[in-house]
Amino acid sequence: MSTETHQPPPESAEQGDELAAEAAGTAAPEVLAGSLGEYTRMQLRRIRNGESGALPVTLGLIAIVIYFQARNSLFLSPGNLVNLVIQGTPFIVLGMAEVFVLLLGEIDLSVGYSGAVAAVIMAWAVFTVPWWVAILLGLATGALFGLIFGVLITRLRLPSFVVTLAGLLGLQGLMIVLVARSGHGPGGSIPISNSIIDDLTTGNLSVAAGWIVMVAIVAVAAAVLLLRDRQRRAAGLVTPPISITLLKIVVMAVAGVVVVLVGNADRGTALVPLRGVPWVVLIVLGVLAIWTVLLGRTRFGRYIYAIGGNAEAARRAGVSLNLIRTLAFVLCGLTAAIAGILLASRLGSISTNVDGGQLVLFAVAAAVIGGTHLFGGHGKMLNALLGGLVVAAIYNGLGLLGLSAAVTYIVTALVLLAAVTVDALSRRGGTT
Amino acid sequence: MTTPSAADGARPASGGRAPSPAATTTDPAGRTAQEPPLLELRGIGKNFGPVRALSDIDLDVPAGQVTALVGDNGAGKSTLIKTISGIWQPDQGQIFWQGRPVHLHSPKAAADLGIATVYQDLALCDNLDIVQNMFLGREEIKHLQLDEIGMELAAKRTLADLSVVTVRSIRQPVGSLSGGQRQAVAVAKAVMQQAQLVIMDEPTAALGVTQTAVVLELIDQLSSRGIAVLMISHNLNDVLNSADRVAVLYLGRLAAVAPIEDLDTASIVELMTTGRSGRIGAAPGEPAHAASQPDAGPGSPAGGGTPGNGTMGNHTGEAP
Repeated sequence: MSTETHQPPPESAEQGDELAAEAAGTAAPEVLAGSLGEYTRMQLRRIRNGESGALPVTLGLIAIVIYFQARNSLFLSPGNLVNLVIQGTPFIVLGMAEVFVLLLGEIDLSVGYSGAVAAVIMAWAVFTVPWWVAILLGLATGALFGLIFGVLITRLRLPSFVVTLAGLLGLQGLMIVLVARSGHGPGGSIPISNSIIDDLTTGNLSVAAGWIVMVAIVAVAAAVLLLRDRQRRAAGLVTPPISITLLKIVVMAVAGVVVVLVGNADRGTALVPLRGVPWVVLIVLGVLAIWTVLLGRTRFGRYIYAIGGNAEAARRAGVSLNLIRTLAFVLCGLTAAIAGILLASRLGSISTNVDGGQLVLFAVAAAVIGGTHLFGGHGKMLNALLGGLVVAAIYNGLGLLGLSAAVTYIVTALVLLAAVTVDALSRRGGTT
Repeated sequence: MTTPSAADGARPASGGRAPSPAATTTDPAGRTAQEPPLLELRGIGKNFGPVRALSDIDLDVPAGQVTALVGDNGAGKSTLIKTISGIWQPDQGQIFWQGRPVHLHSPKAAADLGIATVYQDLALCDNLDIVQNMFLGREEIKHLQLDEIGMELAAKRTLADLSVVTVRSIRQPVGSLSGGQRQAVAVAKAVMQQAQLVIMDEPTAALGVTQTAVVLELIDQLSSRGIAVLMISHNLNDVLNSADRVAVLYLGRLAAVAPIEDLDTASIVELMTTGRSGRIGAAPGEPAHAASQPDAGPGSPAGGGTPGNGTMGNHTGEAP
């Protein structure tokens, strides 16, 4: 209710009724939010209002890392960290796929097998066509599934849960049929016959290239942040204090340095050195960047949030609900195809053993653990990255400890519940 | 909601759009000398299956004035504003905008003319901030991206013009605002989109005393900018405080349109409950129970403009 914490309760309850003169008084602290402390307080208020953002999941990730490192000192070794990231890629990218539909308040249970079928198409096609054509065919396959689901959901007004549950079952069947028909997979698996596609995940940047790329990414991101601040300041708008922006840039730079240091450390055997940041890190960051811009800086993204917040309001504002919803499912399928292709690249083949059902549950868990709301309207692509890392850390860490798959499932379930609970409690505290 | 929403299916592919004879003959010709009212309704009728929700509504909405639309539950108020805002199409009658006949076939068509509707439930997205809500559906693009700075500046300017609007930051989510502030955001959105007619559905229904005052002042500001306001209200205090003219609906017919000076609480209540009050109201002998008469045709001279009943209908409304 109240957005004003600096006033005694009786006034804040009637905040909307203050006269213009007082308005100037209440606006001032915001405009003058030049200090780090003031900014921190504003952020805390946002967290209480349910805009918890990336903070809880980041803290959770740190706690998980400390726990596993204490139990097994190999956890933070460069070799294991790189392995963890590569293992986590399907969760992260499928989580990003889910963000599109979760923001609408919908769900897509089929992403695991959409991605798997896309990978099958790619693996099959690459026997006869160039690698990039095969990848495009795979991506188109995923997008096509998304289009079919989106049309069924919007035109026939079927619930997305049921449509994509049918997709989960049907696409698993389709995958088995395709692998058998391809003639390349007698053992129920099609090998990846192209070294470039193989290298998407297992290939590494050279040591020098890793540094150059990292510096370039951080420099571009810093320039974007600083330029945006400068434009806002020039327009006379409230601008975050320069210290905040610098802090963000420092955090990015430190993260970049850590990633490159870890990637460039020798993780091979004594005889065969192995070093360099894996390509897949760049691919995931690229997908993250493009989808973040799409959601945050375009009309399409704005409408996704609007529909998730209040579909009727969006409709009255002239937004074509069916079009936006369908597009969201198309992008979800497309992103699932990226995940499937990366998975096949890591495995070196795509087999009928892929458990798309488990993948989709981990993907939804990744998005929700990262802070995306299941009922729509709140969430970011970054949430899926952080949540996916949490899931991957649990998966990897429990494996290192030699615990069974059963324990992994149970712990992931508990973390998921904890994440949803934190989110629900913070929202209840914020909105009266 | 005065009409059953189940009647949604009755949204007609209405072939019966032809203006009623009364509408075509009485209209603009007679008043070309004068500036036509911003919005004129002539003989508007609307059926939901066998239910006659509106019949033969003749109403002028002049610019720069606040027209209050009152009536008991089920009198047809919501149906009427939904017809004006393009959500429903009338089965009979004709709508004139600035003297020209128009077909409001969709909410977008109405919005493009400059008709903005502030709904009872406000139609705001709680998860979006004030700027994002004010520009929803009309986002500005610059360099292939949303022009956040331009939109924020425009929103800030509009809110500053409406001097009663006090918010801490226009980048805060609308879900964190109070009821009066939300109403103000919805109104500011209409103003910013250059609306010439703002329709408000129960703007003060959910508000406390002080916030109601804010909203009523907003309404005053709108009319002093030359914007026409059509306001549904159950609160007769609000009506008497801020309206220039009052239109009373009774069972789907327009019982009276009168300047506020000619009315008081008692007469409005009488009009709302019986359809007449003293000299004002449905003509004697005119069956008031129009809603129960599906066959009440568009030609029947109810509501407005019956000769010899000088205080009713639109005669009073045309005086500047």
